[in-house]
Amino acid sequence: MRRRDTLVLIALALACGGCASFDPPQPWEKGDLAKPDMQFDPDPLAAKAKQHIYQSKEGAGGGYGVGGGGCGCN
Amino acid sequence: MKPPASLLLRCAALVLAFCAPFASAVGVGEGAPAFSLATSRGDTVTLDKLRGQVVYVDFWASWCGPCKRSFPWMNELTQRYGDKGFTIVAVNVDKKREDAERFLAQLPAQFTVVYDAAGTTPAAYAAKAMPSSYLIDRSGKIVMVEQGFRDEQKAAVETRIRDLLAAR
Repeated sequence: MRRRDTLVLIALALACGGCASFDPPQPWEKGDLAKPDMQFDPDPLAAKAKQHIYQSKEGAGGGYGVGGGGCGCN
Repeated sequence: MKPPASLLLRCAALVLAFCAPFASAVGVGEGAPAFSLATSRGDTVTLDKLRGQVVYVDFWASWCGPCKRSFPWMNELTQRYGDKGFTIVAVNVDKKREDAERFLAQLPAQFTVVYDAAGTTPAAYAAKAMPSSYLIDRSGKIVMVEQGFRDEQKAAVETRIRDLLAAR
């Protein structure tokens, strides 16, 4: 019984330790996260162009804020 | 089977032990945590030495967008109240000093800028956002906490500064 208690405690301690070792960055530590390279689209202009081509090839109306027709001509 | 009380107790202690490191934020009515930080010229700014003045402590970084908008306004405040017992201490938290210098070259500050790359001061104030600002009265007590910079709040902060300066 005692032995099982100890095992349970060790397992618990390990499980909790796993969560505790992760410190989310504090507001003043987010300098690296704020870098342009950390954006989903590092180059907004290129992303817009890609989206425009995708849309005209796909032939459907967009939903990404880029104008384009369905005829595949633009 | 009922678990023995000793096991429950030990589990509770374990859970509590992991909750302990989460410190509470510094709020209105509390004494402003002391700090002593250096300017780019090597002078040391100590908050305790500014006792008797109305102090606005602002945590900022070069990578923080709203901070860019707050600088012209803080310059205005310095022009208006700088000679009336009002001091702005802007604490830079950039990891690299060059980043801060590039920012200041674009937006020159007419107020005191100090550097805390280690982040111990914002940690002591438990800053929740960037920028975070603390208005401190003549007795060294925090009277207002601003998280982020919003144009709508400018008038309220300025009114508060004027009130604090009027109260002798």
